Amino acid sequence: MTSNRLRIGVALEGAGWHPAAWREPSARPQDLFTPQYWVDLVRTAEAGLVDFVTIEDSLALQSSEFLSPDDRTDEVRGRLDAVLIASRVAPVTSRIGLIPTATVTHTEPFHLSKAIATLDFTSEGRAGWQVKVSGRPDEAAHVGRRAYPEVDGPDDPAFGALVTELFDEAADAVEVVRRLWDSWEDDAEIRDAATDRFLDADKVHQIDFEGRFFSVRGPSITPRSPQGQPVVAALAHAAVPYLLAARQADLVFTTPADADHARTILNEVRAAEITAARNGEPLQVYADLVVLLDAPGGRPEDGGDGGERAVDRLARLDALGRPLASDARIVAGSAAEVADIVAELHALGYTGVRLRPGVVTDDLPRIADQLIPALQQRGLLPDDADTAETLRGLLGLPDAAPSRYAATTTAAATA
Amino acid sequence: MTSTPRKQIILAAYVGGVNEHTAWEHPDAGSQIAFSTFRHVAQTAERGRFDYFFLAEGLALRARDGRIFDHDIAGRPDTLPVLAALAAVTEHIGLVGTLNATFNEPYELARQIASLDHLSGGRAGWNVVTSFDAFTGANFRRGGFLPHADRYVRAEETVATIRELWDAWAQDAIVADKASGQFLREADAGAFAHHGSQFDTEGRFTVPRSPQGRPVIVQAGVSPQGRDFAASTADAIFSPYSTLAEGQAFYADIKERAARFGRGPDEIKILPSAGFVLGDTHAEAEEKARHIKEQQLSDKTIRVTFEQVWNRDLSGFDLDGPVPGIDPDPEAPTFIQGRAFIFQDRFQTVRSWRELADERGLTFRGLAHAVAREANYVGTPAQVADQLDAFVQQDGADGVVIGSHVVPSGIDEFVDRVVPLLQERGSLRTEYSGTTLRDNLGLPVPVRAAADAELAGACA
Repeated sequence: MTSNRLRIGVALEGAGWHPAAWREPSARPQDLFTPQYWVDLVRTAEAGLVDFVTIEDSLALQSSEFLSPDDRTDEVRGRLDAVLIASRVAPVTSRIGLIPTATVTHTEPFHLSKAIATLDFTSEGRAGWQVKVSGRPDEAAHVGRRAYPEVDGPDDPAFGALVTELFDEAADAVEVVRRLWDSWEDDAEIRDAATDRFLDADKVHQIDFEGRFFSVRGPSITPRSPQGQPVVAALAHAAVPYLLAARQADLVFTTPADADHARTILNEVRAAEITAARNGEPLQVYADLVVLLDAPGGRPEDGGDGGERAVDRLARLDALGRPLASDARIVAGSAAEVADIVAELHALGYTGVRLRPGVVTDDLPRIADQLIPALQQRGLLPDDADTAETLRGLLGLPDAAPSRYAATTTAAATA
Repeated sequence: MTSTPRKQIILAAYVGGVNEHTAWEHPDAGSQIAFSTFRHVAQTAERGRFDYFFLAEGLALRARDGRIFDHDIAGRPDTLPVLAALAAVTEHIGLVGTLNATFNEPYELARQIASLDHLSGGRAGWNVVTSFDAFTGANFRRGGFLPHADRYVRAEETVATIRELWDAWAQDAIVADKASGQFLREADAGAFAHHGSQFDTEGRFTVPRSPQGRPVIVQAGVSPQGRDFAASTADAIFSPYSTLAEGQAFYADIKERAARFGRGPDEIKILPSAGFVLGDTHAEAEEKARHIKEQQLSDKTIRVTFEQVWNRDLSGFDLDGPVPGIDPDPEAPTFIQGRAFIFQDRFQTVRSWRELADERGLTFRGLAHAVAREANYVGTPAQVADQLDAFVQQDGADGVVIGSHVVPSGIDEFVDRVVPLLQERGSLRTEYSGTTLRDNLGLPVPVRAAADAELAGACA
């Protein structure tokens, strides 16, 4: 299997991405804030040979409104910190990549940097980070360090200006995080008794970042982690976020509605890479899909013994409250139907898909038990677990280059 | 006839992170950063029925004269992620981490610590520290903005705000009735508002009430302001006093202050840190302790310790010569950065050191040996158990926080040889009886303050 084989990610969010998911018999809404729930989900994904999970998070509660909290009582509200969920499951998993979402707006890049580096240590090289930018005024009010201008919704020009600034700030924050990940060279720790030095001080560097929004000196307090540069991901739907991804991410999660849109998005991402003057590896482009899969047993018309069809389940869930609406394409069908869509996307040039289970306690096991085998049968996925030891390896990304500051050490030494 | 159960000794195990005491040259020295190190200490401590595992924190690397200080161990994990990982490999032991109140926002700290509490089944604790220096501040967007005198004001309001956030969700806020479709009991679950001099925040908290209600809060504080802060808000307080008389005085003082704040003596626990050296005979233990101290007092360590107090470059002074005659220079740029400054008054400190050196005819190096921190418990396991038990039974403290110069395996010996002796005499549990850190420490579960009630404290 080559290094550009199909990759599969699963996006974890509460009871699932359908607003009524928590009401299904299999759902565990009382367990959403317990460790075992998350361990069970991630282990199910890992056993199914999913390459990575992302974990949703935000500085505000889930909402049916775009930019503000709501007053619904019929949907899951409340989350645990995603970086800590990932940290909790790291020691009891061994292969799967762990990519928690963490907001860069309002937060300290110094803290984010060491948090993800530490996850990389505790997971032995399986850490990533999904960068989130927050435009919600209520999140700003939670932290209380700045106020957003009033906007009337996503079409208000003031919103566009705010978004551009927030994404510029985000690019700076990710730059700081990456530099801090490099601030210790891999071999900075020398434990040299002869010269009584634990560290080679020349191999630990200030990053001296000075930007429009903030400055950070460094170095990090945390040594260079197993991957050196953990994997950075971003969700993007439009030019401004594509540009952030092109400037700073390894993976971009996109939301193509159909095959034509999928081609357009790929072009937009490549254009963003040019605008950003991106060096090195091209962005890996993933297609997000909300998936609901037929219950096992097969369809009666196919000779199976029944089991609820996904389209029926979707209709039933939609009727319970707020229907499922998503930025991503919603696919409800058999494993074969979903596999067709995934295969088509891969053929178009998508590295992989990030699957958002409609009801995680039903659809994640079905992804593992039905969808992945269907993709294996088509030769798109290996039959056996990938032997890569890090998330970078699992995704076919090269091992991280040595710290960017290592060159300066050599330069100084030879000057 | 009923008997009063013996006062139980609280034990905590810490991995100190960056310090000058850890013997990295020791043949058994392990990694400072690999997860296996933290797992070893936490699991060993749990085997020893310790109350909690504890991590220190420092938000900038140590520097000397503007250059990274290369001698001391360095490299820390991020506090909460490593504690969350330890929650996966332990079951009962508390998980207490140091987090800085100056360079974190209350909303973030509150949700992260509450999340750890959920993810550990109620074992989270927070050691509140403050800092104010521009050196550390240069790592943060806000910079080193806080005048020294204001650090307690911010810290008090940080803790008060975080407690309001921890109380924001009612215990029964989540109904999760699949049949009726009601997930939340109230549409405004998690609502909060805090408008104070330090923080102006409002909205809805994202984390439901955690198993402990309020995670455990630990503080250190020696000054009167620090003691009041701790006595009014902390569940456990670090004591700097290891001798019985000083320990008893501090103990009595803190418990009395707590009473003035309406808190019972069992609601606040007092713990000094302690080092130990075990031997098969007392003489053997003493010899080991001497050897450890020699290892720890390298030339570089001696110089840096003095340079921090003098605030000068002292490399020109021969360590085997007399104590330098010059005065400290507090006005000069800070020579040693990133190390906690534990002395109250550098001129007074230098004065008393000179007196000591004169009295005993000490060289500069000799002075370093004379004033260096020593292990408190040196002897056979039985002697150490006796001494520790007596210290606690006589209210020198409620327990101790112990570490070792050998990371991670140094604590093994204490657990293998001293803990059974403490258990035999009934001063230490043989099994955990509860599930949370509050259970371990014997602390009451706090009553949730009403959402619209004003909490006492410096919130004006």
